[in-house]
Amino acid sequence: MSEPQLIDSNTSVDVMTDTDQYLTFILAGEEYGVDILRVQEIKGWDSVTSIPNTPDYIKGVINLRGTIVPIVDLRDRFSLDAIPYGATTVVIVLKVTSDNGNRTMGIVVDAVSDVYNVATEEMKPPPDFGTISIDYVKGLATVEEKMVIVLEIDKLLNSAVIDHTDTLLQ
Amino acid sequence: MAIDITQFHETFFEESFEGLDIMESGLLNLDIGAADNDTINSIFRAAHSIKGGSATFGFTDVAEFTHGMETLLDEMRDGTRDVTQKSVDTLLQSVDCLRELLAAARDKTPVDSERVAVVHKSLEKILSSEGGSNISTENDEHNENSQTESISERSGWKINFKPHHDMLKTGNDPVRMFRELSELGELTVIVDISQLPTLADLDPEESYLSWDLTLKTDVEIDLVKEVFEWVIDECDLEISEIVSSTDDTAMSSETQDRENEQGTENISSEPSSQAKRQVAKPGVTEKSTASTDSSASIRVSIDKVDALINMVGELVITQSMIGQLDCDFDDFDNSRMEKLRDGLTLLERNTRELQESVMRIRMLPISFAFNRFPRMVHDLCQKLDKKIELRTTGENTELDKTVMEKIGDPLVHLVRNSIDHGIEMPQARKETNKPETGVIELNAFHKGGNIIIEIKDDGAGFNKDRIKNKAIERGLISSDEHLSDDKIYDLIFQPGFSTAEQLSDISGRGVGMDVVRRNIRELGGNIDVTSEEGKGTTFTIRLPLTLAILDGQLVCVGDEIFITPLVSIVESLQIKKEFVNNIAGQTELYKVRDDYIPIVRMHEMFGINVEKKSLEGGLLVVVEGDGKKAGLLVDELLGQQQVVIKSLETNYQRVDGVSGATILGDGTVALILDVDGLIDLSRNTSAPNNSPDNSVLAVA
Repeated sequence: MSEPQLIDSNTSVDVMTDTDQYLTFILAGEEYGVDILRVQEIKGWDSVTSIPNTPDYIKGVINLRGTIVPIVDLRDRFSLDAIPYGATTVVIVLKVTSDNGNRTMGIVVDAVSDVYNVATEEMKPPPDFGTISIDYVKGLATVEEKMVIVLEIDKLLNSAVIDHTDTLLQ
Repeated sequence: MAIDITQFHETFFEESFEGLDIMESGLLNLDIGAADNDTINSIFRAAHSIKGGSATFGFTDVAEFTHGMETLLDEMRDGTRDVTQKSVDTLLQSVDCLRELLAAARDKTPVDSERVAVVHKSLEKILSSEGGSNISTENDEHNENSQTESISERSGWKINFKPHHDMLKTGNDPVRMFRELSELGELTVIVDISQLPTLADLDPEESYLSWDLTLKTDVEIDLVKEVFEWVIDECDLEISEIVSSTDDTAMSSETQDRENEQGTENISSEPSSQAKRQVAKPGVTEKSTASTDSSASIRVSIDKVDALINMVGELVITQSMIGQLDCDFDDFDNSRMEKLRDGLTLLERNTRELQESVMRIRMLPISFAFNRFPRMVHDLCQKLDKKIELRTTGENTELDKTVMEKIGDPLVHLVRNSIDHGIEMPQARKETNKPETGVIELNAFHKGGNIIIEIKDDGAGFNKDRIKNKAIERGLISSDEHLSDDKIYDLIFQPGFSTAEQLSDISGRGVGMDVVRRNIRELGGNIDVTSEEGKGTTFTIRLPLTLAILDGQLVCVGDEIFITPLVSIVESLQIKKEFVNNIAGQTELYKVRDDYIPIVRMHEMFGINVEKKSLEGGLLVVVEGDGKKAGLLVDELLGQQQVVIKSLETNYQRVDGVSGATILGDGTVALILDVDGLIDLSRNTSAPNNSPDNSVLAVA
């Protein structure tokens, strides 16, 4: 369940229609999607160097061909129960845009699933969850009778980086 | 302290010749009458740098000469003088003259002082004339300028076309060009065959002819020039206009005149620049394709390159050595195994050496930039009758070569400013109860993932009111604006701002500070200034470390490896229980000789699980940062190595106690400790700091 999945998946769609492609992954039995154009690469889980005094969901940093890339565990981020990393556990490396330019960050998910084409009009706005934050959900899409939660990765991952530059050191 | 500054001459000459190229291309690009300020500014800056450098190295004639050019350019920049063809021509001549002067200074050959004097005189002549609008009334050797005022009288062009010998080889055909010309008007062609050799000596592929062409037409010179566009570098071309009121004798004398001038130029300037200049003369702007952007090249001495080539050669040999081992694994015996192992060892060594020498190419100690200052301070002190002592620290701080090259000029500007404006005259210092001798300090050090360069003087400091008044006068701010101190100090970085009451050739044109800031920003750094009136001024330049290299000590805490900068380590020792003391049961102190230093338990600080938590027998790395000492408790000391600093902030954010990250030999990431930050952190957190706000969120 890694790169070959990407290539084999059905990508033959008329590019002119107003559809977006999403890479989906599994997290605690649910299927989540991210804009495929943001995906830089998918790699297997490997050990990380942890960073002191950071929230638990920041697993640490890895060396991605000379670049230091932070890794966020999405299960931790969503306060889901942790499971041991296994054979299908992957890191999806994403390009994240923020006010301060672009970042490259990785997310740890249970497994990658598929690539879907979703027409813009098929995307439903997320219902009001009430107490639960919906800031990080772009919308809900139905693909083959299943629900896919499309994530707003910029908001999600930038919120993971809390800028505390002006702390004790300055 | 005697410093041999001749070692920097080569750099200076290279920089100056680069500067001259910028000036030349800038001048050629100037639109007469509607010159844009950016171009003039870049020419001006180049001249300014050459002047500064030559004064520093004691080439006074170059400095004096450039000063004249600079004054002229300054007036153009301020808009008090129109940009005229004549002044541009003179400036171009001055550039050539300057190039000769510099070449003479470099090769220690005599200068053609007569020619220099002539050019210098014409510069002064322009300077003494008020503004640029009255040129038409002047009648001097530059009468070819009359064409700019006499367009209506023009009846055609006289073209002197002299191809170089090998022009034909590049596929250019004069006949085709003449045919094109004849389409523009009535063309008369006179060929000069005086250079034609006898038939026996004649090489049919060479061109021996030259032509005098007379084109009767009213087309613009651009069209005429277009015909010659492809051969400009391969011929001597002169285009002059035929003015109806001018009779033949006047014209021939004019041509004669110019030929004389050309004759003198031929002595030294190479054909290409000559051709360029001649094109520029008739009053047309030549858009050169050469970009003036800072080139992405670095200067490397041949030795280093040779060393690299040697190493690559060895790499190739090693590779072929391994390649020769027949990779038939079925019959892979012990002797081959042995050879393979040897080969791999060799490969490893070659790779490491190669990496080191590539790194060495880029990195230089900052003393390279600092060492030119003692002489400069010395000379300027004599000139200004001031007494100044220069103190430098941290000369061995390594800096990326490109950063070094770009930081050199800003540093010169800042130090000059400090000497000229900062430090007061000895008499004035005495009156304010200061020692007669002023002090300028240059400090360089690493701090929190940056390189900091400080230029500190104990002079007069900034006069806020004067800065403000000047800014109002220059229209940078309005008179009723209320500004904080920082904002006021920020004003000195505005283009065209200068508080010097009098122009001197040291500083005071207001060119310095805006260039300083621009150069530093180009490097991704910033510059701050703090000043106290009467006490002095400190400029702090902060440069990012992205390419910098650090000597590090690898230490182990639990399973994690950290890198401690070697410069901040005082010593490492094994803890003896009897030297450990407690204050209020919390802060642990360790007695090192006569010092009590706080113990920082790294695993608590960074929340790492370790098996052994007792101090007894543990390792203490005594570090010093910001004048404070601390002992870091670690589990193990590993090796020392040079590490390349990578930023954590690029993709993540600043982390307290960590200045960056690096990649170890096995490809894993290790964090570099920020010693200052760690000490502060340990002081400010009595209890170890756990994860900050663990914001929880849930979706679906």
